[in-house]
Amino acid sequence: MDAIAFSKKDNVATAIKDLFKGQRVTVALGEKKLTVELLEDVPFGHKFALVDIPQGAQVVKYGEPIGIATVDIKKGQYVHVHNVVGQRGVRGHRS
Amino acid sequence: MKLKGFLRPDGKIGFRNHFLVVPTVICATRTAEEIASNFSNVVCLHNQHGCNHMKEDERKVVNVLKGLACNPNVAGVLFVGLGCETIPTMKIFESVRATGKPAECLIIQEEGGTLRTIEKGVRILQKMMEQCEIKEVEVDLSNVIVAIECGGSDTTSGIASNPVVGYVADKLVDAGAAVVFSETTEIIGAEHLLARRAVNEEVAKKLLELVSRCERSALAGGEDVRGVNPTPGNIRGGLTTLEEKSLGAIYKAGTRPISGVLEYGEPVPARGLYFMDSPGHDVESVSGMVAGGAQVVIFTTGRGTPTGCPIAPVIKVTANAKTYSRMSDNIDVDVSDVLEGKTTIQQAGERLYQKLIEVLNGKLTKSEMLRHREFGIYLTQPTL
Repeated sequence: MDAIAFSKKDNVATAIKDLFKGQRVTVALGEKKLTVELLEDVPFGHKFALVDIPQGAQVVKYGEPIGIATVDIKKGQYVHVHNVVGQRGVRGHRS
Repeated sequence: MKLKGFLRPDGKIGFRNHFLVVPTVICATRTAEEIASNFSNVVCLHNQHGCNHMKEDERKVVNVLKGLACNPNVAGVLFVGLGCETIPTMKIFESVRATGKPAECLIIQEEGGTLRTIEKGVRILQKMMEQCEIKEVEVDLSNVIVAIECGGSDTTSGIASNPVVGYVADKLVDAGAAVVFSETTEIIGAEHLLARRAVNEEVAKKLLELVSRCERSALAGGEDVRGVNPTPGNIRGGLTTLEEKSLGAIYKAGTRPISGVLEYGEPVPARGLYFMDSPGHDVESVSGMVAGGAQVVIFTTGRGTPTGCPIAPVIKVTANAKTYSRMSDNIDVDVSDVLEGKTTIQQAGERLYQKLIEVLNGKLTKSEMLRHREFGIYLTQPTL
């Protein structure tokens, strides 16, 4: 097992070991296993896309939105602060 | 589950026998520290506040100083004031003495300086310890308030260590204990999930209002919350946004209904799960919950953190194997085997639960062994 996802709504998974570009990694989603080919290195504890995420779409982990994609993100790409921005506690947001 | 505790005059049960020196104002802190340093078992609060506060902040300082003195882990207390501070030293002292706990108070200006206060303070404490009757009793979990904290988080916190603590939180609530968690900033983005668990609409509304107040006050201060939270360490640990951090953080509070929402430092009622308003600042958050009456703290970390508490054992838990091997002198329980799929959350939860029982029965935590006694009060207003 290389990575974990928490809900079938999730479009990202979390690496549970250091993973590398070109690697075909196995993602556990409950009893189910998914396979994704990585387009970039992903360090332990960091995330990658399980599907293509278009710019402006929600990034979903634990079945809940954790932010918005600031660029188009391809399946297998590294997902972090360079391509996702949070929506809470920021100017312009109304809670 | 039977536990060994200490019965206090107000009927509450402690799991440690600390004697505490409380300087009610920073001007008395040096003198208070010197009094405490004469003994092996006396703890001093490193108070940095106590004067020129606005009303709301003064209420917080009073709640925390009084709450820590009243905490049943404290067998006796000596207050040290300066004499001209704005905080009501005598009122705090008298309200603690009214609970029946051995308590005394010295005012530096009345005693005539640092040296006379130190000598008198040392004599008072020695006599208090000599005369104090320690009643050992057998109790059950319904006498316990457990505070739950996470700090220095990374993605392992949300995936493994927080769910393990959540399992223990559920088990404690089911056994009749009270569990309190906090850090309003770090439920932003997950508050809708917690509000659904509130016992009634009033509790749900109060919770949502706290979150909205926290978000508004950060913006009014000129900050996006995201400039501060997630922290640089959280980001290096893989956490991308505050929402992601919050969704992982709330796993530590288990799944049981939320019985109430408390102001910072307010007493935690017996039985059930409670949320206390506090900042994401670990030391201020833990100080508030222990002032609320918690006798023990369970604290998850991903990046690793050494902080403790002056009067309550803090049990550190991590699911990051590297952090445990690098900082094992600070961390009590390693649950990284959950992340590796070798252990279930329930199995690791049972292991942590056993550790909690041992600690309540007197086994020292790493933070106690190394005398980590960090203390801080959450203030929100200017000092005048």
